[in-house]
Amino acid sequence: MRPAFWVPLILFLGLVAAFAVQLASGDNPHDLPSALIDKPVPNFDLPPIRMGEAGLKSEDLKSGEVVLLNVFASWCAPCRIEHPFLSELAEEGIPVYGLNYKDRPQDVATFLRELGDPYAEIGADNNGRVGVDFGVYGVPETYVISGDGRIMYKHVGPILPQNQDDLRKAIAAARQPEPQ
Amino acid sequence: MIPEIGHFALILALCFAFLAASLPLIGAARGDTRLIGLAPPLALGQFFFVSLAFASLTYAYVTSDFSVANVASNSHSLKPMLYKITGVWGNHEGSLVLWVMTLTLFGALVALFGRSLPSAFLARTLSIQAMIAIGFLLFLLLTSNPFERLVPAPFEGNGLNPLLQDPGLAFHPPLLYLGYVGLSVAFSFAIAALIEGRIGPRWARWVRPWVLVAWIFLGAGIALGSWWAYYELGWGGWWFWDPVENASFMPWLCATALLHSAIVVEKRDALKRWTILLAILCFSLSLLGTFLVRSGILTSVHAFAVDAERGVFILIFLFIAIGGSLALYAWRASSLEPGGMFSTVSREGALVLNNLLLSVATAIVLMGTLYPLLLDALTGAKVSVGPPFFELSFIPLSVLLLIALGVGPLLAWKRGNLGRAAKLLPPAVLLAILGAGGAWLIWGAGPVMAFIGFAIAFWLIAAILVDIAQKTKLGRAPLSTLFQRAGGLPRSIWGMWAAHLGMAVLVLGVTASETWTEEKLVILTPGETVEVGDFQFGFKAVDPVAGPNYTAIRGQFSVSRNGRHVADLWPEQRTYSSPHMETTEAAIYPLFMGDLYVVVGDPDGIGGWSARLYYKPLISFIWAGVLLMVLGGALSLSDRRLRVGAPHPKARPVPNVAVHQPAE
Repeated sequence: MRPAFWVPLILFLGLVAAFAVQLASGDNPHDLPSALIDKPVPNFDLPPIRMGEAGLKSEDLKSGEVVLLNVFASWCAPCRIEHPFLSELAEEGIPVYGLNYKDRPQDVATFLRELGDPYAEIGADNNGRVGVDFGVYGVPETYVISGDGRIMYKHVGPILPQNQDDLRKAIAAARQPEPQ
Repeated sequence: MIPEIGHFALILALCFAFLAASLPLIGAARGDTRLIGLAPPLALGQFFFVSLAFASLTYAYVTSDFSVANVASNSHSLKPMLYKITGVWGNHEGSLVLWVMTLTLFGALVALFGRSLPSAFLARTLSIQAMIAIGFLLFLLLTSNPFERLVPAPFEGNGLNPLLQDPGLAFHPPLLYLGYVGLSVAFSFAIAALIEGRIGPRWARWVRPWVLVAWIFLGAGIALGSWWAYYELGWGGWWFWDPVENASFMPWLCATALLHSAIVVEKRDALKRWTILLAILCFSLSLLGTFLVRSGILTSVHAFAVDAERGVFILIFLFIAIGGSLALYAWRASSLEPGGMFSTVSREGALVLNNLLLSVATAIVLMGTLYPLLLDALTGAKVSVGPPFFELSFIPLSVLLLIALGVGPLLAWKRGNLGRAAKLLPPAVLLAILGAGGAWLIWGAGPVMAFIGFAIAFWLIAAILVDIAQKTKLGRAPLSTLFQRAGGLPRSIWGMWAAHLGMAVLVLGVTASETWTEEKLVILTPGETVEVGDFQFGFKAVDPVAGPNYTAIRGQFSVSRNGRHVADLWPEQRTYSSPHMETTEAAIYPLFMGDLYVVVGDPDGIGGWSARLYYKPLISFIWAGVLLMVLGGALSLSDRRLRVGAPHPKARPVPNVAVHQPAE
């Protein structure tokens, strides 16, 4: 019984333990801890994806009204799922800002041409630094940000039809305590 | 009535599986030939009853019996017959019945074709196969009964996701399952060998045809799925590194490694412990894939309905099946005697390198797929791993693998001579440079990786040609007998060349299409023409059309090159009625040098239509490459047909080409 032969078994048991923890926690992979909830958005100033357009900086998010910040990328398949919903919100007059995460300019341009561009402004986070400040776990992610620039709600993963109500509620809730 | 028969048949199959998992195993331990002899009929019985259940469920779908809950939620009376039938496996419960049916089919095939195996070994193998069946039958009956009734029965069903109403996707799951589940045979053979504590060239010869069958179907299934994504999803992508895609890709990589390591066991009686481990891991990865898809533990666009109860059940099953077999391995592997020695530079050495690279590749895909989950369990942090990770790690590995792939078959067994092989290879280096240069001439500048991709693909093609020339003694023996010599080579060797050539073709397709695709997104009014690549896409009109369960608008494009008409294309945008959903039907016209790909979108309200036009160079080579690999596998399998379960290695006729031992 050489120890080397036990390695596969031990690795596998570790994996099973991780699966068990995940299943037992009973949480949906979309639910997340909320370290940044109710905190002001981190400071940042990002360039635009296309020359000549406005970029995105933290002041843009403190606009006095409730806005959404959506982290997206052209290489992210689930982003395509939530895209129509974001467009719908944008048409209803809720400003949607985009944080374009680790992407290439020409790919984003194609992505937006193809699916439409619901974003009021987009910042290009090419190296993912701003993503780190926001604590971006994965793409896509969506933040509801209050008028004074605090993060009120965070949704990880695509906004599926069953999540749309939650997000709308979060937007409504963020509007409730009106800024004096 | 019929659904109850199906339900009852599943229960009977479970009873048979319990008998098959216990009696023959006891018989083999005691040397009781009566109990040993029970294994084959019990395997056939399991297959019969699960098939009966599958037939009952299919009947409920064909007759649109909406009193069965599964049919009501996944079918619709207006659906075309083909999709009523394929709807059987378009959902969690039905696909699981198909899974078990495939599993018992393989058990039955082993029982039928394995008559020449030692009867105790056959009995043990079939017992292990039955244990797997127990797990899945229990899973079906306890958590996912497909025959549940619905009272009162609705008048109409919910329909099937229109994206899935497609011939490509209809046959994707059965092929994939034949591959996934086919690996169970290698697994059962490995466990039986561990129980007996004996493994040698004969074992490898028995197991290899089954691995080949699984590998062929797995490759075909993956290719069909990716082809479907390419033409149906309407944005021209073909691989997304989605967890569920990875779940099918990992067993394929592992099975590729197993195919090669089994050759070393067969020819040289070496690498035995490693090969047994691979056989266990391949099927474990299949099971893991099943778990990931059905437990909802990872998020994926493919995942079936999420149910924690099912997740717990499969996890326990995984724990018993994989944990048990790995424990058995840890306990018994050292009792397998080590095999023959070989030097680093030799065919065996090259195959070890192949196994090393393929295992690392499998591990990378596994890491990329599970990392988000592991990190979440350990620290609570959530991340996602995108295509950039896989591309960054996968491409360099593939380059190494392909370079080695050119040299490996030229080396002799046991002790090879790298100098001698190197002397044969200057033409390959030359062709590699020419290939990269040719790509530059045709498509112009591109990133360095693109030219490396072309160079290694042509390198591999040339190395295969050199190998063919060597083994047919081209230029060293009279030309008149060339065909005779070529025909005299075993089919398995032609199979190897075809499969390796497929790899080169695949690399060409991936490289060219990823680098030089041309794409235009435009708003067109009828009569306009757009230039994409060398082609002029003329937009003629948009017409409404009606299908059996959808309505659509259909664009009409006429494509020409330098004034010469090339093709007419009719892309559609369909609106399905039940459930309500819109799909794009891309129009694709494949040319040898690339595909014309057109998608029509929404009107802009002032007479124009949005459209996406692509020219994708060499993209069909991706599927052509996989097809070549599949054909190569089939060719190799046909060579081994008579050797399935051959009792003695010596019974095999010695091939005429004695100078080089034929590679496999």
